[in-house]
Amino acid sequence: MCGLAGICDTSGNNISGETIIRAMAVQRDRGNGLGAGYAGYGIYPDFAEHYCFHMMFDSQDAKEEADLFFDRLFKVDRSEPIPTQKTPGIDAGPLLWRYFVKVDPLTLEQACVSEEDYVVDAVMAINTTISGAFVASSGKNMGVFKGVGFPEEIGHFYRLDEYEGHTWTAHNRFPTNTPGWWGGAHPFSLLDFSIVHNGELSSYGINARYVEQFGYHCTMGTDTEVVAYLFDKMMRKDGLTSLQACQALAAPLWSEIDDMDDEERAYFTHLRKKYSSAMLNGPFAIILGTNEGFVAFNDRIKLRPLVAAQKGSVVYVASEESSIREVCDLPDKVWTPRAGEAVVARLQSAPACKVEVA
Amino acid sequence: MNDYIQPEFHVEIDYDKCHKCGRCVGQCGWGVYKFNERPLPDDSKCRACHRCVTFCPAHCITIKKNELAYRENDNWQPSARKKIWKQAATGGVVLTSMGADRPMESIFDHLVLDACQVTNPSIDPLREPMELRTYIGNVEDDKALKLETPLTFAPMSYGSVSLNVHKSMAMAAQRLGILMNTGEGGLHADLYPYQDNVIVQVASGRFGVDSEYLNRGAAIEIKVGQGAKPGIGGHLPGEKINQEVSNTRMIPQGTDAISPAPHHDIYSIEDLRQLIYSLKEASGYKPVGVKIAAVNNVGAIASGVVRAGADYVYLDGFRGGTGAAPAVIRDHIGIPLEIAIAVVDQRLRDEGIRQQASIIAAGSIRSSADLAKAIALGADSCAIGSATLMALGCHLCQGCHTGCCSWGLTTQKPELTRRLDPEEGAQRLVNLVHAWSHELQEILGALGVNAVESLRGSRERLRAVGLDEQTCEILGVKPAGR
Repeated sequence: MCGLAGICDTSGNNISGETIIRAMAVQRDRGNGLGAGYAGYGIYPDFAEHYCFHMMFDSQDAKEEADLFFDRLFKVDRSEPIPTQKTPGIDAGPLLWRYFVKVDPLTLEQACVSEEDYVVDAVMAINTTISGAFVASSGKNMGVFKGVGFPEEIGHFYRLDEYEGHTWTAHNRFPTNTPGWWGGAHPFSLLDFSIVHNGELSSYGINARYVEQFGYHCTMGTDTEVVAYLFDKMMRKDGLTSLQACQALAAPLWSEIDDMDDEERAYFTHLRKKYSSAMLNGPFAIILGTNEGFVAFNDRIKLRPLVAAQKGSVVYVASEESSIREVCDLPDKVWTPRAGEAVVARLQSAPACKVEVA
Repeated sequence: MNDYIQPEFHVEIDYDKCHKCGRCVGQCGWGVYKFNERPLPDDSKCRACHRCVTFCPAHCITIKKNELAYRENDNWQPSARKKIWKQAATGGVVLTSMGADRPMESIFDHLVLDACQVTNPSIDPLREPMELRTYIGNVEDDKALKLETPLTFAPMSYGSVSLNVHKSMAMAAQRLGILMNTGEGGLHADLYPYQDNVIVQVASGRFGVDSEYLNRGAAIEIKVGQGAKPGIGGHLPGEKINQEVSNTRMIPQGTDAISPAPHHDIYSIEDLRQLIYSLKEASGYKPVGVKIAAVNNVGAIASGVVRAGADYVYLDGFRGGTGAAPAVIRDHIGIPLEIAIAVVDQRLRDEGIRQQASIIAAGSIRSSADLAKAIALGADSCAIGSATLMALGCHLCQGCHTGCCSWGLTTQKPELTRRLDPEEGAQRLVNLVHAWSHELQEILGALGVNAVESLRGSRERLRAVGLDEQTCEILGVKPAGR
């Protein structure tokens, strides 16, 4: 059992981090104090074109090694501690630091990779080669704030009420299979993608082996990590929209596909065949956050709760309706998404969806 | 010349119960019985195929192992001594059939599957959808072959098996939404109505291969090797080549059908690529698979095969069956299927080409448990040959090469082949595949997944009990407790 919440103002207006903390606080019982976290989008307008690395270091040595790494690979325009405050319930955690960096175009040309691939490679390199260093997030104009504690404690600890963003996602953790540790809290993030996840991926073994083919390394000891890599692979590399990615990850049943009209059947058959090893199986509710909003969806037979609501331009999702009611008086619409059906909250300013699957 | 070998079995008849009906005399394909007021067995001819036992109306026949004592010698087991006596008497290569029977441990038997408890729910296949549909071929290709359950019937040629066996498999494949495989003996005209469920095989002898044949099949398979006899060709004795087999194979009646060890147009990987694309050109770009035996370097070989353009690699493990092979080859060449699946799946992933081709695993898939474990190791589907024949009555007497199969399966003698009614045979095969599919669904449900692709290659759901560290590493499977 875990708890989730997501809020997006599709008009692009800012929402205070305090709102998402309140939404999570009512779901306290869905966690056990061993992990909570938030992802905020649009929170660094002054550094909107910089990749912001949120880092966790187990030791000063690890940070010094990472400092050298960042200096070698990037142009670091700001390096500073992530602001925190002493909070009851939060024990001493890792050293938290953030780097606002840019990539030198000449370096990219020499390396013959796209800017995003360059950043992804750097993330994988830090996680696998610098002992005691973990990348919490690495996107533009976004950041992940997570740790060991209850959600309202973690939110207070990171002073989230001082941030504003158009999209927030959050997680409250009840770890079962893996120990509670700071890096293992949700969200898991890569570039702009962040994932919060309630459930367990019974298909994790093959999902991890699938992404490993494309250079991703699962190092966090948690099944959720792989979902971030799957979205990165499918959306950024293969050009799928977030909706299409959800349609592949929680694919319709073959019996449903067989009943579709020709065009739709061909599309879903192709999608399911191509991404069969990516398909997520087992109970889950997942929210994918991006700079364009969020997408939330359930597993194919809805074994985890997920409720959605809308008021004006603001879209809400949460594990429990109480969470939404806490921060939204009289929503225009409240509904329970069907199994596998995606709830899309997309900024009106976001570019139109581009690629169709061949 | 006397081969000094004593009968392996004793045929015992309880004459008090015996009806003296003589049915056993007619049922035995090996000529064990003579009849003189009552059936009189010749033990030396018995292969323990149980045909007479099964059809004796009085249930008065028992086949017992000859417990003849040999001076104990762990090094010189009786089987080794007998082989020497036989070869000293005949000067020949000892032939045998079906899969390797030496007591080597099965790796499948050392693997166990996972199940859900508490943190994620198991799924009840009786109440929830549980999907087995599987595609074989390049996942980007709309011509990939659809299987409603991850099984196919393994290649067994018409000639080595009877036409009724082929008809049984063809009908069953059509009803099940899966595929049969012609083997290297061509496609008899009676199977044309089922051609969309047939893989047509092109082997080194090219028996039965012409443009029409290639275009009739759902897919084409190039047979390079066979698990029971890697590196050697095939030999169908002239006695099995009757008029119908002759027509289908396109060779003269009564001549031995000898397939060469290598394809004489494939001496390296680039030749294979040319053949793959020749067959694709000739067939309007149907999927083309390549069947190889599991040998030491199977990872690199499979990688070459996929890069050469194959849509699937058919891996035949060292326990795979045969209609006839030298015992020394069958029992001593090749590596276990489990290792081959693991190595090939990982190699294709390491090279980023796993998506281009599927893996069909075969070579003694004995149960739905073997099937599930093969899939978890990385196979897309399995093929069953020995199990198929057993479903049709085979009792694994290992006498296919004699052409005297009492069950009427691996023979062309009309009085024997008519024992298999294709309609009933098809029903038995449908039943077997349904039963295994249901069991696979139960396994998936216990694993908490509702589609077979979520098990495919998911080695995390396997654990090893009693395997050494290196084997675990090669299999990519953790020991139980980790």
